[in-house]
Amino acid sequence: MKNLIIKNIKILLILICSFFSTNNIKANTSSEFINKITEEASTILSSSENDEIKISKLIKIGKESVDINGLALYTLGKHRKNLNDQQKSDFIKIFNLYFLKSFSNRLVEYKNAKIVVISEDIKNEKYTIVKSKLLATSKRPEVSIDWRVYTIDPNKPLIRDLIIEGLSLARTQREEFNSIIVNNKGDVNALFSNLKEFVNK
Amino acid sequence: MNICMHKVLKQFLVVILIQFLVVSMSSAKAEEVKDCFEKINRTTFAFNMALDKILFKPISKGYRYLPSPIRSGTSNALNNLSNLVTVPNNLLQGDFKAAVSNSARFLINSTIGILGLFDPAESLGLSRLDKEDYGQSFGKMGIGEGCYLVLPVLGPSTARDAIGSLISMTGGDAWYNVTVKNNTTYVKESDYYYSKAMQGVDFRAKNLEAFDSLEKNSVDFYATVRSLYIQDRQRKIKNSKVKTDTMDDSDWDTLESQ
Repeated sequence: MKNLIIKNIKILLILICSFFSTNNIKANTSSEFINKITEEASTILSSSENDEIKISKLIKIGKESVDINGLALYTLGKHRKNLNDQQKSDFIKIFNLYFLKSFSNRLVEYKNAKIVVISEDIKNEKYTIVKSKLLATSKRPEVSIDWRVYTIDPNKPLIRDLIIEGLSLARTQREEFNSIIVNNKGDVNALFSNLKEFVNK
Repeated sequence: MNICMHKVLKQFLVVILIQFLVVSMSSAKAEEVKDCFEKINRTTFAFNMALDKILFKPISKGYRYLPSPIRSGTSNALNNLSNLVTVPNNLLQGDFKAAVSNSARFLINSTIGILGLFDPAESLGLSRLDKEDYGQSFGKMGIGEGCYLVLPVLGPSTARDAIGSLISMTGGDAWYNVTVKNNTTYVKESDYYYSKAMQGVDFRAKNLEAFDSLEKNSVDFYATVRSLYIQDRQRKIKNSKVKTDTMDDSDWDTLESQ
């Protein structure tokens, strides 16, 4: 009986240790992942290179670190189920171009941006929310930025959303796209045209 | 002129109230934005954008050139005044601790802090808390936001928030009461409107680049602003800096199931 209790305690201890060590590995991975990206972006943004070179480097970071295809499907919201496979594939292609242009255009304006990772919240095996802040400058106040990191593959974490001061960019994008579709009587092609127009601008 | 203004305000209040009661009570948990007056809203939005370009944006840019102590002093004074709406709403929401803290902050900053220009209360351990208003208190009571509205000059709102603002202007805001409603020796009606205009300029100046970037990178800027406004209000009602609907995993899980 005594042996059985000791054995059970040992198993419990091993389980607790393995739980914490797993969490630590994941926690470090997500934080380091965001740290690495923000440092890379910060180096690019503060360099003396012209905006064109900066944008091409930022696009590379975007391609490697954001789950653009997942985000594309998410932004379609309730309209996703009305699209056939070909339309979905076409949308993903145009969304990739739209996202990378919009992403790099937005970032390139932050010349001396410094982001500090504060903490993280492991929600489950799929998601970790990394909390950070964009440090204040004389022109703008400090901004809190939370990163929704998709961790289903711990070796290749990907960003799925940015939550700036509590406002989700993915949700904003989804509602923007929904507005275009709804105002065109449910015609998804209107959204495609709008995105193409933006990309070709 | 004043009687005419009050008549218009009353009519506006009645229209909003009817709409509010019909739509809002049944929709506290609805997910989609109800843009019942989208055509009018888009027209008002275009008007506000034009006004912003010719008036608010240039003024905000100029405001940025003022020395930092002047800008932070203005910001502090405006924040201090907002306590006059925040404290009654702390009480309405049952947050007595915040009501005491904000009242103490108001007293200290209005006196030692010279009309709120400085924030000595912070050094005394009374940290600045989130602002509250009547729209937020309604939301906390479970009342839905109702239809989305774009008000001329004032910008985005909802039926619920517009009623909240009207309550502020009919006795719910002590600053309005002492400046506009009653004749007092030390402050006049124009002080209220100056303070509101300064609030707008201060907010715009802090967000110049963010607004420009949003406008430049949106395919439907009106819808973007609407989404951000609704999200911000929902966040404020929850009193959370991080919780948004997308923090709910089920929102993303639909991707995996398809």
